[in-house]
Amino acid sequence: MRSNPLSTGRRLLWLSLGLLLSALLCLPFADLAVYPSEPWQELGRIALGLVTPWWDDPRILASALGQTVAFALLAVVISVPAGLLLAMFWHWRPLRMLAASLRAVHEIFWGLLFMQLWGLSATTGLLAILIPYTGVFAKVFAEIFARQSPAPAQTLAGTTGRLSRYAYTLIPQALAEISHYVRYRFECALRSSAILGFIGLPTLGFHLETAFKQGDYSNAAALLWLFFLLIASIRFWLRPRLIPLYVLLALLLLPDTPPVPQGLMWQFISQDIWPRALTDGDIVAAAAWYAGVFSREAWPALIETLLLTQLALVLTGMIALLVYPLASRALVGRGRIAGRVLLLVMRSTPEMIFAFILLLLFGPSGLPAVLALALHNGGLIAFLLAGHSEQQAQRVDDPGGVNRYLYLHTPRLYPGFLAFLFYRWEVILRESAIMGILGIATLGFYIDSAFEEIRYDKAFFLILVTAALNIMVDSVSRRLRRYSGAENSGGLG
Amino acid sequence: MATIKKLLTLSALLLAALSAQADTFVFTAIPDEDESRLQQRFNKVADYMAQQLGVEVQYIPVKSYAAAITAFRNNQVQLAWFGGLSGVQARRLVPGSEAIAQGYEDQFFKTYFIAHHSTGLQPLTTLTDELRGKTFTFGSKGSTSGRLMPEFYLREQFQAAPQDIFARVGFSGDHSRTIAQVQAGAYQVGAVNYTVWENELAAGNVDPQKVSVIWETPTYPDYQWTIRGDVDARFGAGFKDKVRDMLLNMNDKDLLASFPRQSFVPAGNSDYQPIENTAREIGLID
Repeated sequence: MRSNPLSTGRRLLWLSLGLLLSALLCLPFADLAVYPSEPWQELGRIALGLVTPWWDDPRILASALGQTVAFALLAVVISVPAGLLLAMFWHWRPLRMLAASLRAVHEIFWGLLFMQLWGLSATTGLLAILIPYTGVFAKVFAEIFARQSPAPAQTLAGTTGRLSRYAYTLIPQALAEISHYVRYRFECALRSSAILGFIGLPTLGFHLETAFKQGDYSNAAALLWLFFLLIASIRFWLRPRLIPLYVLLALLLLPDTPPVPQGLMWQFISQDIWPRALTDGDIVAAAAWYAGVFSREAWPALIETLLLTQLALVLTGMIALLVYPLASRALVGRGRIAGRVLLLVMRSTPEMIFAFILLLLFGPSGLPAVLALALHNGGLIAFLLAGHSEQQAQRVDDPGGVNRYLYLHTPRLYPGFLAFLFYRWEVILRESAIMGILGIATLGFYIDSAFEEIRYDKAFFLILVTAALNIMVDSVSRRLRRYSGAENSGGLG
Repeated sequence: MATIKKLLTLSALLLAALSAQADTFVFTAIPDEDESRLQQRFNKVADYMAQQLGVEVQYIPVKSYAAAITAFRNNQVQLAWFGGLSGVQARRLVPGSEAIAQGYEDQFFKTYFIAHHSTGLQPLTTLTDELRGKTFTFGSKGSTSGRLMPEFYLREQFQAAPQDIFARVGFSGDHSRTIAQVQAGAYQVGAVNYTVWENELAAGNVDPQKVSVIWETPTYPDYQWTIRGDVDARFGAGFKDKVRDMLLNMNDKDLLASFPRQSFVPAGNSDYQPIENTAREIGLID
């Protein structure tokens, strides 16, 4: 790669054009029909609900809020050291693949898996968040370490152990970046925690899903606003010194974990997740079963998932680039408040809600899915870009207004932007899973169906296929980032 | 890895210690409409049960049929208010478990097919080719009235999978959502639980100018109370009969409104044989 004759700028250009082209190629095959509808009555009710948030029993709200924070906090507190540990052995390929598989599965599906054993308990919720987050932390920490200067480590004796080497050189060097990332990731964990309510854990999502399903838009709005406030206020209440206290409170708040019935764990691992033919020892029939599921469901779903992901990815990039200046003080001055609120809403609203509103507007197809994914992820990347845009050094002779955006900030942020877009690639892949209400048969659609039909063998196989796809996407995006030079841009992890 | 394991075990132990509890009879229920305030509403039902049965009773709210089935299988609940299909699935997983009562309305349940006015569809006596090529939404994937029975009658009439009959097949996840989506024209046709439709219509949430019933399925058995076979061993001889009597004698309108049913009547596993056959026929169970 080092001998690549193209300049960094050229490479970024080709890479961007390549991405754009990939989306254009997907366009004719993706299913983006628009069906005429009469959405205004329902949209009017949603709008009315949004401006008249209402909730009668504050105790329920407080408890849901507390649980949401408790799950997120404990999961992050456990997964950060776990991720650090994995990151120290990142040169070991099987470990990278393991971490990629952990990340590949949506929190909801981890939750559904663990629910089979621990029901709707603290253990289920915690594991559902901390397992994929460990995979994410491992990857991001490893990449942060890779960006650090090797000089301090070279001063150590050759016999110094790995743990000491990290503890005394790389971790202190990277500490600021790591804590910055953990802080950002905590916000994501709050979102994951809230969304786990959709499958029954007692977080905000539990009541949000019900209210939305029932069309109680005022109730739904109360929960949404509360969640926005929670996210917006993180920086006021998340103080490192208070974390031990929060952890204690969280442990007290979480729901009980019922004892797992004797033998259930073993039965689940040895029987439930494998097709009957395999446990009976009939290898041929088992192979036929796997081949059948693969050709009937996994393969077409894989194609559908990739098409949607690619379109959503490119649209995410466009939205992020267009929207980020609105929230950057360096570009719009005091007007950034409005931009910040917009980005908060974009990144914190669960995609399911976007998808539902867009479904009313456009009818059922891939279009609402692509838009919902792009709005959410675009808002998230824009939020990070805006933060970095504000940290750019300024000179008195810098151009102002649109020129500053076009010729100064965007080019400077561009490598980091691409790096971040590649990170979101696998996230979008994972999130495309939850679009079953749109009648789009993605991998997640079939996984969800398998759980609903109590077919854990099929669910498990489809999860493995998804994991394999994610490992592939992860390795491609690693290569592309290295090629583009975006890897060394730093900070945007 | 060892550290993670230790941490996990530690937190699991901590939590397990917090959750030690006496022998409590636990039940769950997902009503087919109005899932708000489940805990509050069903705590009242739990109080009634505790008083009638003389044991501690606890209600656990769940979000999906699948979650209810899992809890039932794992003995985290001993009694559940299941839909027709979820009851069949649960009883297949827990040998000895038994349907003991159903709602009065559940003896002759049915599904309405509803359509947006722009389709021009008029009430039909049988499903016709006019439906082909429309967009169509079921309710939740595991629902008897929102998925199983409508899919069965579609397959029977058209000799094809729903995906091959319609331009698009969605799963709204809930009967109220199905009505909202068809009313907005987001989907042209949908299948909905008839009691939910009647209640939403009575509550003024349905605009008859925009969405109307075009067909109804023949009747079939739906929701029922299913109890685990090992409750007598755990809570004393005759406990199952006590639970059955308690359910059949529940006549407080306020309690029944949570389900919502006018009363409960006796039922048995064999009442649900047609549901099991149907589920097998369309490949939802093996």
